Amino acid sequence: MTSWTGYLRSDGSKGIRDWILVVHTVECARFVAEKIASGEENVCCIGYDPCNDNDYAIRLLLALSRHPNAGGALFVGLGCEYTQPRRLAEVTEASGRPADWFFIQDTGGTLTAVAEGKRRLAALKERVEKNRKPVSMGWQDLSVGCECGGSDATSGLAGNPLAGRFFDRLVDRGGTAVFEEMAELVGLLPELLRRAETPEAAEEIRAAYDNMVRYCTSVRQYSISPGNFAGGLSTIEEKSCGAYAKSGSRPIRGVIRVSERPSGKGLWLMDSLPDPYFMQFGYSNPHDTEGLMDLLSAGCQVLFFVTGRGSPVGAPLAPVVKITGNSGTFLKMEEDMDFDAGPILSGETGFDEAALELESLVERICRGDRSKSEILGHREYAIGCKFQDTGRPRRC
Amino acid sequence: MNGISNPMNGTDEESNGIPALLLSEEDNVVTLLSLAERGDEVRILSGGGTLAAADSIPLYHKMALRFISRGETVLKYGVAIGRARQDIPAGAWVHLHNLESFLDEKSSFLDLHTGVDTGRRYE
Repeated sequence: MTSWTGYLRSDGSKGIRDWILVVHTVECARFVAEKIASGEENVCCIGYDPCNDNDYAIRLLLALSRHPNAGGALFVGLGCEYTQPRRLAEVTEASGRPADWFFIQDTGGTLTAVAEGKRRLAALKERVEKNRKPVSMGWQDLSVGCECGGSDATSGLAGNPLAGRFFDRLVDRGGTAVFEEMAELVGLLPELLRRAETPEAAEEIRAAYDNMVRYCTSVRQYSISPGNFAGGLSTIEEKSCGAYAKSGSRPIRGVIRVSERPSGKGLWLMDSLPDPYFMQFGYSNPHDTEGLMDLLSAGCQVLFFVTGRGSPVGAPLAPVVKITGNSGTFLKMEEDMDFDAGPILSGETGFDEAALELESLVERICRGDRSKSEILGHREYAIGCKFQDTGRPRRC
Repeated sequence: MNGISNPMNGTDEESNGIPALLLSEEDNVVTLLSLAERGDEVRILSGGGTLAAADSIPLYHKMALRFISRGETVLKYGVAIGRARQDIPAGAWVHLHNLESFLDEKSSFLDLHTGVDTGRRYE
């Protein structure tokens, strides 16, 4: 049986990386936080911009700080903002991960605050190292999230169906798979309902679908953009067929929302759309980075990003594996692309063969090889305001 | 959505023409695997048969497999991906100029080649 060495967390989850996060709790603290993280091995910076707080954003910050690939966190605040670094550090510490925090205004100016941050980070690193628990892990401990972006018509013909094939194999071995982009399932409700594992899952899917249509029609914004059109996709319905293919063919166990971990193994649908609220926050799927954050928030240790037209983006905490169904894109952007699924389209290889090849790439990455986005140091993040209901059950 | 699982059936056939995928039997469009110039012969993989391209069609874009009348549903993967905005002759490029989403009204105001919203003011 395939296994490799990971990091055991006190909630029983296992990480394939051991990152320390430096988290700014407001835009005003971003510069200092970035300077603290700069030049440090296995340390990356994320954070939240607004001075006002938001339940969704706090849940997301805590989901990332307690991610299986996270070993500890340093929270850096300015001192005026609503979001409290001390509270975030306490909850992170309670999850068995060393954490620390400070306010810039209590410490001094930029240089003094950066020096203080570096000092605290060094102490934190020592604690994280002492706390480290190597553990054997395998496919059954792995959760892989998949999103697609910069799609063209090849995404629905090769890239996404290949990711779907990988998902089927992962689920069959007891692993967890999360697919997202509720806003790219337009017109596919009957298909989704057919694949619901239980009546409860069907109810969740129907409620999420109805909410998506309500949201998109009210903001008059669909998850399709000029590059998609130029790449041969004419409507959101057509793009949706391709996006849906990444889910593979196994039963859908239910719908999870941002910062929720799946309650069991198998295939899950991530819904990141806002619920009705007196403020209409943002757009559905403002960009791919938000999608990657959603998947991270569900605890995925590896992220797939299927992109026909190509994209340079990566993510904090987890390796992003970039798959394209367009060999022209692969050639043009090979420095960013991890896997060329184009040979499936030209008939040079089949889905089964390509799925095995992709699986061996993922296994190497779990063993410590770095994906292209990791090598290049891509750690884009986006944590914005949104309203999402957390109550269960979610029914129509 | 039978086509999704294995759209590559029949790609090993040896013959000439621009290869195009018919993803589901009931579809009225095919997806081109090379760009076609007007008049090029397009060879439909897995479905068999050929058809002359009535327009120049970009790589991975769609071509009408038969005459599609105004208002008719356009099917790809066996799924309704939109509605014909006008009569579409067999062999024609099917895209933003003659196909619209059932929901997204924006899809009718975009540049045919770049997909850019031509109504947006930058001033």
